[in-house]
Amino acid sequence: MTGAMTTLAASTAPHGFLSPTGVEIVFLLVGLATLGAAVVTVTTKQLVHAALWLVVALGGLAVEYLLLTAEFIAWVQVLIYVGSVVVLLLFGLMLTKAPIGRSPDADSGNRWAALGVAAAAAAALVWVVVDAFRTTWIGLDGDAPQGTTKVSGEILFRHWVLPFEALSVLLLAALVGAIVLSRKRDKEGER
Amino acid sequence: MHLVYPAVLAALLFCTGLYGVLARRNAILVLMSVELMLNAVNLNLVAFDVWLRDELHAGQALTLFTIAIAAAEIGIGLAIVLQVHRNRGTADVDRLRDLRDDAPDAGSDTERADREEKAEAAA
Repeated sequence: MTGAMTTLAASTAPHGFLSPTGVEIVFLLVGLATLGAAVVTVTTKQLVHAALWLVVALGGLAVEYLLLTAEFIAWVQVLIYVGSVVVLLLFGLMLTKAPIGRSPDADSGNRWAALGVAAAAAAALVWVVVDAFRTTWIGLDGDAPQGTTKVSGEILFRHWVLPFEALSVLLLAALVGAIVLSRKRDKEGER
Repeated sequence: MHLVYPAVLAALLFCTGLYGVLARRNAILVLMSVELMLNAVNLNLVAFDVWLRDELHAGQALTLFTIAIAAAEIGIGLAIVLQVHRNRGTADVDRLRDLRDDAPDAGSDTERADREEKAEAAA
């Protein structure tokens, strides 16, 4: 009886920040790597390196999704972002004849104003978020699985079918739009 | 896990992307920064979905939709950037100022001549 009481008290006691769990430590380390890669992405002067650091940032986010037990989202992130979006960005860099090596004019002249805006936004957001969710605890080891592929597929095709189909129409429209935009117009008389 | 960790990480990633959007000159680097901001929002959606244990898993479904819309956005955006580069010879957002309400001052003539020269060089 007392053992049950103590375990109950331990499970409902407020969790401190000074005794982090293993998942939290891993989340923090991967988060630091992700944030560092993101900062290098927006500050490096070599354009191709920015795209490659973006791979690190997006892959780190996929690991964070795995740590939050959202398994399917993590693999979709790896497939779509790391697999296709970064490749598209690299193709775009090549097709716009981006300079290989350091380009001194990668940052615009208002970077100090941008830094001020970003720092102010970061301070405000972090302050509000920490103030609001200081004691909130996510129970990751619950009884029901949260984000396995089975659960995601069931909710997606049971409750979210209509938005899913609308999204496929949107993707088709984007495909047609991209083809129309990037088609060369030298034939058929300069429309 | 404390909810503060993913929430703070998402806020910081969003502000990193905000800095990139404001400070970068190349349009493709601006698109990369937009991707960072969208990913910060996705991390928030997943974290709050896991915290609230939603029956419909609205956070995860919205994350999937956001990823698909971001893929569509990057395709259209790159097509537009390529078209601009083909027409103007540059993908530099600081130089694309045709819609600016130009004050009649000196210097705009030289800029315009420079731009036309670039366009001809690209064509």
